[in-house]
Amino acid sequence: MSELTIPSHGAVSDTTAADQSLRFYETEEHHPENGTLLGFWLYLMSDCLVFACLFAMYGVLGRSYAAGPSGADLFELPLVALNTSLLLLSSITYGFAMLEMLKKRTGATLAWLAVTGLLGAGFIGIELYEFAHLIHEGAGPQRSAFLSAFFTLVGTHGLHVTFGIIWLVTLMIQVGKHGLIPENRRRLMCLSMFWHFLDVVWIGVFTFVYLMGTLP
Amino acid sequence: MSQAHDDHDHDAHAEGDLHISLKGYLTGFILSVILTAIPFWLVMGKVFERPGLTAFVILGFAAVQIVVHMIYFLHLNAKSQGGWNMLALIFTIVLVVIALSGSLWVMYHLNHNMMPASMHEMRNAP
Repeated sequence: MSELTIPSHGAVSDTTAADQSLRFYETEEHHPENGTLLGFWLYLMSDCLVFACLFAMYGVLGRSYAAGPSGADLFELPLVALNTSLLLLSSITYGFAMLEMLKKRTGATLAWLAVTGLLGAGFIGIELYEFAHLIHEGAGPQRSAFLSAFFTLVGTHGLHVTFGIIWLVTLMIQVGKHGLIPENRRRLMCLSMFWHFLDVVWIGVFTFVYLMGTLP
Repeated sequence: MSQAHDDHDHDAHAEGDLHISLKGYLTGFILSVILTAIPFWLVMGKVFERPGLTAFVILGFAAVQIVVHMIYFLHLNAKSQGGWNMLALIFTIVLVVIALSGSLWVMYHLNHNMMPASMHEMRNAP
């Protein structure tokens, strides 16, 4: 600690040595490259709070059937299992895309992104089929508080995935046009966090809504 | 604190490429598949007699799987972004727990106390 004291005015010759060991100012602009990633993480955390409120709403209203159908009557678990595996697979294929991005292989990155997008589209397709099926059976969002909460929670997640796919396609065009420039790498990392975050939310959905909703 | 800051500056170049690897992704994926398959099997195969026990167990599996995703897919650790990621996450978890447990607790008691008298008697009847 004593070595770090500022030399007194008498010791002029020491200042150069002190300058080399001490740095009281930034020699270059201090701009963390990943400020965007931290900011995006904060956005994800606030999105997490949105989902927490929707989960709380579902937890409160999830058993208010208004003499209508219950989760055990409506949910088809094999379909949910298929949906879950699609989303989980899309997570790992996005991981492969990130690994190819780090190796700076544009073609392979684009290919894995395309696979991810298709898996996401499959997820959305099955979810829309399920929603259409429920509404067709008369179990639409206006049927009971349970179904309102169900459609709001699962629909919000589905909307997130939809926008994720739009973002993914946009980035594929960007990467195709400009290559894996630092800006695109940063954007791909943000989307990576978004995509994996949606998978985390889906864990809560299939456990709390589908599996527990099917229990008697 | 200053030590952590120094490390941060040191890694400034490598920060762009996170510590991601094929092995990490595959580990996370395999763990997730196992942690997803077991709850589905528990519910679809009606393994436990009591639904309360099943609910408790699958909630436990979900919690573990969320942690697995955070570590292997979101690459979260105590040091990323100088610890701010973790700090934000902890703060969010506190808020989520308050929102969830508070809502469920309050609304359960509301339903219970607003129940018509006759149903109260029916519930208390032997």
